[in-house]
Amino acid sequence: MKLTLKIWRQKSASDKGKLVDYKVDDVSSDMSFLEMLDVLNQDLIDKNEEPIAFDHDCREGICGMCSMFINGRAHGPDRSITVCQLHMRSFKDGDTIYIEPWRAAAFPVIKDLIVDRSAFDRIQQAGGFISVNTSGNTQDANGTLISKHAADTAMDAATCIGCGACVATCKNSSAMLFVGAKVSQYALLPQGQIEAADRVRNMVAQMDLEGFGNCTNTGACEIECPKGISLDNIARMNRELMKANLN
Amino acid sequence: MSGFFKSSIGRKVAMALSAFFLMFFLIMHVSINLLSVFSADTFNEASHFMGTNWLVQFIMQPVLILGVVFHFVLGFILEIRNKKAQGVKYAKNNGAANSTWMSRNMILSGFVILAFILLHFIDFWFPEINHKYIEVLPEDPTRYFGELQHKFMSPLRVGAYVVAFVLLGLHLGHGFTSAFQSMGITAGRKKTLQSIGKIYAIIIPAAFIFIALFHHFNH
Repeated sequence: MKLTLKIWRQKSASDKGKLVDYKVDDVSSDMSFLEMLDVLNQDLIDKNEEPIAFDHDCREGICGMCSMFINGRAHGPDRSITVCQLHMRSFKDGDTIYIEPWRAAAFPVIKDLIVDRSAFDRIQQAGGFISVNTSGNTQDANGTLISKHAADTAMDAATCIGCGACVATCKNSSAMLFVGAKVSQYALLPQGQIEAADRVRNMVAQMDLEGFGNCTNTGACEIECPKGISLDNIARMNRELMKANLN
Repeated sequence: MSGFFKSSIGRKVAMALSAFFLMFFLIMHVSINLLSVFSADTFNEASHFMGTNWLVQFIMQPVLILGVVFHFVLGFILEIRNKKAQGVKYAKNNGAANSTWMSRNMILSGFVILAFILLHFIDFWFPEINHKYIEVLPEDPTRYFGELQHKFMSPLRVGAYVVAFVLLGLHLGHGFTSAFQSMGITAGRKKTLQSIGKIYAIIIPAAFIFIALFHHFNH
């Protein structure tokens, strides 16, 4: 395959940045999208040019690092995958592909396609945990009974990898799917009840402080989420915050 | 609780509560207007009651106007804040791949509805206030049906009403379920609410359009 790539190049956080055209030949349809970028980067290095900076780590759809907006969609055209799981067979010979970093005021670009997602870490630190005694007195896992439905729904929420696709695809750059998943994962379990009110209040306050937008329920985040996190988690977070403020 | 309404979720809840109030008002408004299709006398009676009852005039009417202003102003503020949160725009963004046009353009349909409300006020509300409280003309309980038919003689006005109600339908098409989602009460009943929302968003504007066309062709 021969492709034209329009890739966002930005030297640093303070640089203005622009889309730069690259031609790539001999792209195999079996390549993953990141392998195609690896080949392009090797060409650039051979020509003594600056390679394209992009985040990647596990390359098996778990870490959520590969943050790219490809042809107008977070993680590209296919559903329920990250960029490392996207293969070149999803494109045709002669295609022009736009590759941009996540766009959100709360996710500033560091370099090229790499954005700073530490806002998610700060939200998580504000309440996305439970306080337990780990000094040798850990309770037996079966000591607290949990219904199968609650355990499964909590696990579904816990599959959120914090990749930021929900923010990237949202027209309002809202982080509510991420925060909703993190709040839900504990709200559904008995272990999460003790700190439930403080958790949701603190996490939502941190989310607002980071400058994310407000959810208008378009549902785009649910469609683009590589882990299929449901909008029900946002509804649950809203309920949890109302409950926390009423009590 | 005041801190709650300063949070992003609190503002969503405030938008949803005002939306529920306005959606309930639409049912009441279209019900009274539909009377004009079946009986001029019943329509006159209902309109006379609404136009002269002090509870409707001095409590419900100001609350309704406040509700509309609140919903619009808060929607506009949220839109500005959301635009600020976006940062740099994408060179290519395929929004249609993951969301409906109506969900992405609530502010646009909202502006059209607001423009329609202004037209509606100029058409009906200002003359009514002038009649009752400024010129203080003698009340004729049979005048309402004639005034309604007179307004819908103009094809331009009927056209503007039809366009506005189509946009109202699109606004409600997303707004109905969105309000329930914001209140956190969609879980387990999402499909049912979506179906009711679709029916509501079609029937209410269609009934208003029918009334306008009916009087245009039957005056």
